[in-house]
Amino acid sequence: MPSQKKKKLTTAQQQYQKLAKAKEPKRPFLLNMIRAFIAGGIICTIGQAIQWLFITYGKFSEENAGNPTVAVLIMISVLLTGFGIFDHLAQWSGAGTAVPITGFANSMASAAIEHRSEGFVLGVGAKMFKLAGSVIVYGVFSAFVIVLIKILIKALGGI
Amino acid sequence: MGKFIYAFLVGGGICVIGQILMDVFKLTPAHTMCTLVVTGAILGGFNLYEPLIKFAGAGATVPISSFGNSLFQGAWHEVQRDGIIGAITGIFEITSAGISSAIIFGFLAALLFKPKG
Repeated sequence: MPSQKKKKLTTAQQQYQKLAKAKEPKRPFLLNMIRAFIAGGIICTIGQAIQWLFITYGKFSEENAGNPTVAVLIMISVLLTGFGIFDHLAQWSGAGTAVPITGFANSMASAAIEHRSEGFVLGVGAKMFKLAGSVIVYGVFSAFVIVLIKILIKALGGI
Repeated sequence: MGKFIYAFLVGGGICVIGQILMDVFKLTPAHTMCTLVVTGAILGGFNLYEPLIKFAGAGATVPISSFGNSLFQGAWHEVQRDGIIGAITGIFEITSAGISSAIIFGFLAALLFKPKG
């Protein structure tokens, strides 16, 4: 696709694109990765602490303590989104806040708050899944396909 | 205490993979999240995600890849109990906590907070 595009451009345009690419600020790969590692690690450690609390003081076992933990983390990140703190954290940490479940919660809460002016049904209700919807669609569909493949393998007597 | 260190290392590691997808492969955050969810579902299918959860606890359950794994696990458990229809009925069995709390708290946030700028 990009090479096809390039052919249609005049030489002046190609030169400009080369110049623009050279002047483009370099992404600080290493720094971003370190930040993502630290932020993501801290969020997961907080998750582990919440999980520990649920196991120690609640009636949860090691296996099913993950669900309430995720719910608490979602609640915290929705609150941080509402108060406008999450944006600052996300800017610093990049994928560190986007990859954990906090990013999923943030995308839903920020879309819901942002589209409030369009009304509660067409705005909040319809736009809430603007980003999270794609995650759910691809997650559900891939899980479905994998289950079908596993059923097929089992029926054929493998594994 | 060891679990906390493993959670930090594994959770941080998954986020670094996400950051690499964003920076090196120039994916948008939405594409990155979808890729990780599908990867989680595939790892779940090969029975590789559950050992990771056993090893790292929240380090594996908090990143979004766990969402894909939970979708698969929910469907697979119901398939083993109810037959093939479980692939439809069981998908949201485990992830209900994540999706419903995100909807409920997101809606409450829309009621309470006003958009900024």
